[in-house]
Amino acid sequence: MSESSPDDRKALTAAPRLIFESGSPGRSGFCWPLEEGSAQGSIPKAWLRDDIAGFPELGELEAVRHFTRLSQRNFAIESQFYPLGSCTMKYNPKINEVVARLPGFAQIHPLAAAEQLQGALELLYELERMLVEISGMEHVSLQPSAGAQGELTGLMLIRAYLTAQGDPRKKIIVPDTAHGTNPASSTLCGYDVVQISSNARGVIDAAAVAKVMNADVAALMVTNPNTLGLFETNIEEIARAVHAQGGLVYLDGANLNALMGVAKPGHMGVDVLHMNLHKTFSTPHGGGGPGAGPVAVKERLRAYLPVPRIVKQGDRFELLDDCPGSIGRVRSFFGNFGVLVRAYTYMLTLGGDGLEEASRMALLNANYIRKKLEKSYQIAYDEPCMHECIFTDKVQHKFGVSTLDIAKRLLDYGFHPPTIYFPLVVSGALMIEPTETETPETLDAFVEAMLAIAREAKEQPELVKTAPHSTPVRRLDEARAARKPVLKWEPGERRDG
Amino acid sequence: MRYTPHTPADQEQMLRAIGLQSVDELYRHIPASLRQRARIELPEGLTEPAVRRRLAELAAKNATASDWSFFLGGGIYHHFIPSAVDAVISRSEFSTSYTPYQPEVSQGTLQALFEYQTLICQLTGMEVANAGVYDGASAAAEAVLMSRRIQPAARRRVLVSRALHPQYRSVIATYLQNLNDVQLEEIPFAARGATDVEQLTSRLDDRSMCVIVGYPNFFGVIEDLAPLQAACARAGAQLITVTTEPLALALLKPPGAWGADIAVGEGQSLGVPMTLGGPAYGFFTCQKKFVRNIPGRLVGETVDSEGRRGFVLTLATREQHIRREKATSNICTSQTLCALASTVFMSLLGKSGLRRLAEINLGRAHDACGRLIRQGGLQPCFSGAPFFNEFVLRTDDVDGLLRRCAAEKIAAGVALRQWYPELPDGLLLCVTEMNEREEIERLVRIVAG
Repeated sequence: MSESSPDDRKALTAAPRLIFESGSPGRSGFCWPLEEGSAQGSIPKAWLRDDIAGFPELGELEAVRHFTRLSQRNFAIESQFYPLGSCTMKYNPKINEVVARLPGFAQIHPLAAAEQLQGALELLYELERMLVEISGMEHVSLQPSAGAQGELTGLMLIRAYLTAQGDPRKKIIVPDTAHGTNPASSTLCGYDVVQISSNARGVIDAAAVAKVMNADVAALMVTNPNTLGLFETNIEEIARAVHAQGGLVYLDGANLNALMGVAKPGHMGVDVLHMNLHKTFSTPHGGGGPGAGPVAVKERLRAYLPVPRIVKQGDRFELLDDCPGSIGRVRSFFGNFGVLVRAYTYMLTLGGDGLEEASRMALLNANYIRKKLEKSYQIAYDEPCMHECIFTDKVQHKFGVSTLDIAKRLLDYGFHPPTIYFPLVVSGALMIEPTETETPETLDAFVEAMLAIAREAKEQPELVKTAPHSTPVRRLDEARAARKPVLKWEPGERRDG
Repeated sequence: MRYTPHTPADQEQMLRAIGLQSVDELYRHIPASLRQRARIELPEGLTEPAVRRRLAELAAKNATASDWSFFLGGGIYHHFIPSAVDAVISRSEFSTSYTPYQPEVSQGTLQALFEYQTLICQLTGMEVANAGVYDGASAAAEAVLMSRRIQPAARRRVLVSRALHPQYRSVIATYLQNLNDVQLEEIPFAARGATDVEQLTSRLDDRSMCVIVGYPNFFGVIEDLAPLQAACARAGAQLITVTTEPLALALLKPPGAWGADIAVGEGQSLGVPMTLGGPAYGFFTCQKKFVRNIPGRLVGETVDSEGRRGFVLTLATREQHIRREKATSNICTSQTLCALASTVFMSLLGKSGLRRLAEINLGRAHDACGRLIRQGGLQPCFSGAPFFNEFVLRTDDVDGLLRRCAAEKIAAGVALRQWYPELPDGLLLCVTEMNEREEIERLVRIVAG
């Protein structure tokens, strides 16, 4: 044990030890009697292991307190405003959590017979229909686990379709504003990436697409609204340019929260779309998942959707596994069902009009912040924004203060920073997405903090450059972490942080 | 409206600040052709009690483990989960935070993931674990892709055991279908339900990239990894193990101890509810020398500017947001909260608890298997094969047996016929600590007729 000092005994923010540095040999939070008739003799002795070296030995309170204290070292939507651009950190309703934990959803097994899963299949079937209605597309697969797996699935569908037409083609066009997952998914699907630039107004020109579009291009992947928070106003013309050369249009629906009841991707000439239920449809992000990334397609791509498909026969729901042409499975079982239950619950709660209202208020909030900050921070593109707005650090840069410094200083004011340095086409980007669930008072408080930081950048730049000052740890040495990676605890390491 | 707090007065004041008259003007740059048709034709929103009623109605149409006796395994397992697990992951500080890109205010998630990586390494006996991927099946596919990054271009034959989970085999095939250099081949299983080592040995050559086997495999059979590893090592192929029931690793010598190059699996068994098979998470481990080829997030230890220990996402230059088309994987959002559930679960049970739980599984499964053969009149499919908590039995009338049991609210197992035409009478059963002795006796009685 270390010597006590007032600091580490009292501070709410003191670093907890690692779980491996706590406890005592012989302790456990699990107390079940050993049963007679051990069957260990049935397994060759050489195949059995010793006790797991280094594994934790704690009582239940010790363990619970450990994790409770860890939780207190996180920012989260329910304690802080979290305007992380392109991540749609909206409120995650409690009712969703309650229903997802009903035994009829949480305690069901994917290999039970379909007649024992009728409620689950009905929910999935209805959710597919709801997403069809919201997106203007024609068919949906709920299988992909997250947006990136949705992208991969969508590109595989495109490839399967084009292969059936005689040629899978070679390339995918990706704008320079795209999420990194777009080119990464393209590679994984066996395609080369052709990058195109957005124009001076931050959107793509149909002419730029037409220029690179030829019989080698399988598809264009486009995000709409794009990652600059701008609606791709030429989308219909762009789609026509792609289709004219036999290509398909893939829409990354990461920013669907701007579009509900406003414009449907299915009407934009889009052939394949993925949606992020953990963004638009309010399921919690969990510190990095689980999410869900359903894929929606037009009729001509239906035959290639992943199996199993859910079909309705009379009033029964059945699973169709044998679908010639299908790309196959992209994951086990039915996708992230628990996430799908939450998204379904959200849609039932809001209804069609409520979803539209969500998008409208998301825009109102973003435009409000944009207006309030435009005099103090350089706006990246002077265009009407959708659900997020992008600023740069150009003004602050002349005082030696960068986007990273501004982000870190926001932590001292009790706000999670915006997404920073993305999209890559904007130098020093600060991408702010407030979402619709925030009050104008919260937005005002955030604006006040941003304005204060702009003043500080000018008057006391060192204060900003050395931020954060009030967080449990200060800036961390990321270079050191990458140079000599320490990716796990080893026995014998120090007991105190 | 629910969840949008704006009063008409708020809206008016905000619009005034922006310099607009109406919210509609925010959309003025969107083509009218799109706006006119955008209305969402869904029913009006429901009140919270009405939503609960509808969801409860759907939930009631499913067979749940609380009403039924489940003897179902095959990749998803019915295990005890201490109440503390859900209490911890329900804390909104964990559940409503984003991927920890701002480490100063994400130390909770980052430290928990560092602990997760350590626990998974300890359990699997491997040197490095990432912070988790979507599920066991995509973990297996990512493992093959990783092997493709490591092995020279001349090695592109992928040998998959037919005794690997059929859905996993199918996901691997999906992931590989557009990579034209890779050739996927199946290795049959032998009479005792384990991968046929002779067949494997004869098929391995200097073009082999990797071999993928279940440990235990889909039939519940514990593969003997020693000869498999030796055959791989001789041929220069990588050995990838896939574990769908990681509780077994509390008893069995882990993949790392057998010399696996990459060991992956499904983590649901360790503290995550079944939930129709998702969300849970895939665990992903490898030997240290391959760390720069690993997919997904990694959390590493470092210090802050005052020398205090802290944790960050690290080696990000492998990842899509930096490397784009050259990334090791396209994965972004993963399954962090489920990995956290497992971290709490493993911490609570600890060294002695996890082993005790595994022993109870082993004991009850062997007891049930013996009775079903002796008293129930079923035949073993892979006689004498060592198993953990799953096993295959044969019966003349699988459908009839399942029907008779279902009438008594017993889900007796999974028919293998759908994936293995060569096992038309095979039934895969799983027995865990959740199957009380009386349940097992009831199953045996009904099976015996």
